[in-house]
Amino acid sequence: MNFQAIRAIYIFEMNRTFRTIWQSIVSPVVSTSLYFVVFGAAIGSRIQEVEGVSYGAFIVPGLMMLTVLMQSVSNAGFGIFFPKFTGTIYEILSAPISVLEIIIGYVGAAATKALMIGLIILGTATFFVDLEIQHPFWMIGFLVITCFSFAMLGFILGIWANNFEQLQLVPMLLITPLVFLGGSFYSVSMLPEAWQKVAMFNPVLYLISGFRWAFFGMADVPVGWSLAAIGVFCAICVVAIWTIFRTGWRLRA
Amino acid sequence: MASMVSVQGLSKIYDDGFKALDSVDLEIEEGEVLALLGPNGAGKTTLISAICGIATATSGTVTVGGHDNVRDFRAARSMIGLVPQELTIENFETVFNTVRFTRGLFGKPRDDAYLEKLLRQLTLWDKKDNRLLTLSGGMKRRVMIAKALSHEPRVLFLDEPTAGVDVELRKEMWDVMRDLKGSGVTIILTTHYIEEAEAMADRVAVINKGEILLVQDKAELMKQMGKKTLTVDLDAPVDSLPDSLAQRGVELGADRKSLIYTYDTAARKTGITDLLADIRKAGLHLTDVHTKQSSLEDIFVGLVTEDAA
Repeated sequence: MNFQAIRAIYIFEMNRTFRTIWQSIVSPVVSTSLYFVVFGAAIGSRIQEVEGVSYGAFIVPGLMMLTVLMQSVSNAGFGIFFPKFTGTIYEILSAPISVLEIIIGYVGAAATKALMIGLIILGTATFFVDLEIQHPFWMIGFLVITCFSFAMLGFILGIWANNFEQLQLVPMLLITPLVFLGGSFYSVSMLPEAWQKVAMFNPVLYLISGFRWAFFGMADVPVGWSLAAIGVFCAICVVAIWTIFRTGWRLRA
Repeated sequence: MASMVSVQGLSKIYDDGFKALDSVDLEIEEGEVLALLGPNGAGKTTLISAICGIATATSGTVTVGGHDNVRDFRAARSMIGLVPQELTIENFETVFNTVRFTRGLFGKPRDDAYLEKLLRQLTLWDKKDNRLLTLSGGMKRRVMIAKALSHEPRVLFLDEPTAGVDVELRKEMWDVMRDLKGSGVTIILTTHYIEEAEAMADRVAVINKGEILLVQDKAELMKQMGKKTLTVDLDAPVDSLPDSLAQRGVELGADRKSLIYTYDTAARKTGITDLLADIRKAGLHLTDVHTKQSSLEDIFVGLVTEDAA
């Protein structure tokens, strides 16, 4: 195992984050506050509570997931796309490192940043609502595995993308709708029955449901399903990345 | 001397069917400077990419320091430093960080003292905290060399190191290369500037259309294929070449005021003494005499055009 390489990539990527630290921290704090004002205050005045949890608190897990998913995907995507774009990828390809080390470095750094931002949002939320986390261990667990899995997805996108537009298209056209429709701001049980069935095909629903369970002990689907869903997703990403490097797809001529 | 890099039967066929390398065999000896010459699209960069692991070979094997570059890629690649042709760098990073990053990537523990020495040698130390985008082209090129050397490689690939670099800087690069060679690093240099190969190389390999046409000791190559021309300037134009001179293979210059004689420097008898005697006998008066040795460039152009024919 080339630990020096993992460290080098990780530090290099984290430096990139810290170069834009204000953008990295301020923008999620501002957007979270806006969500609280719009959804929490405006809608929350009409929906008092959902299954015994105040609406303001109810949306916190969904809000965190929304940002964390977007951040993991875009950080990891950009992290590998940029060297490909500028050509500095030659170094990664000619270095004595394995796929696993590359993934740990890039995905680890992207996941770390997403995790940091998730926790910042959680901190910001406590200014607006009273929160009590029933299963803190599981909450962190869900958050960490989500950050890693979606950073892997972003990594794959970064390798796939041939230009900046493609890089941004998937998070915008895929992740955002899935998160919004996955029950970030409502319980699936509030939907008409037909739509409830459709919603069950949304993988992000399982994530948000499980994450919400960790906060409030209640969920749209059994928590075991949530774990299974994220586990399967994670495995698919690992296999996909492994295949990409083995075949050199879009990387090696 | 032992082979540092051994390339055997290496072929590369791209997805579109283009054969960039055609069963290349090449042995590179430890500590030598090998110049890889070839026209654009000859396969120079593909060959380097396949050795360094950036491109996957279609068939054939490469070993570096005895390590197979696929099966034992860690050992093989950690011995290699690569300076690619394009100026590809992380513009927003500082000089020191980017060099430190490469060292880490190649699995070497931090050694800031070594990096300081390296940056000083490349006269980059003053700029160590500058962002790369603030540097001039020549400095960026040196940063790339520093990156390639950051993990103390045994073999250095320089793909067109002095392309687009001014004369002064080119000389500076050559000094850097000489220092490296002095420290025992094996250098493989691709270049368009024949002058560069002539100045730097121990051996020359000529590649064209994915095939190695020749690998030879530079001095030997020049001696073997090197022709010299003797030009004799006359004080007045002549209408035709005297028979005695025509028999010796002398040609009349386009201005009809000079005689051109091509001879082989390696021959035991060059025939110059007799030629000069014959010129005098023919009653011609000479104003000047000069000789010109054919350069590596002439040899190279000759080889490549021969290959095309």
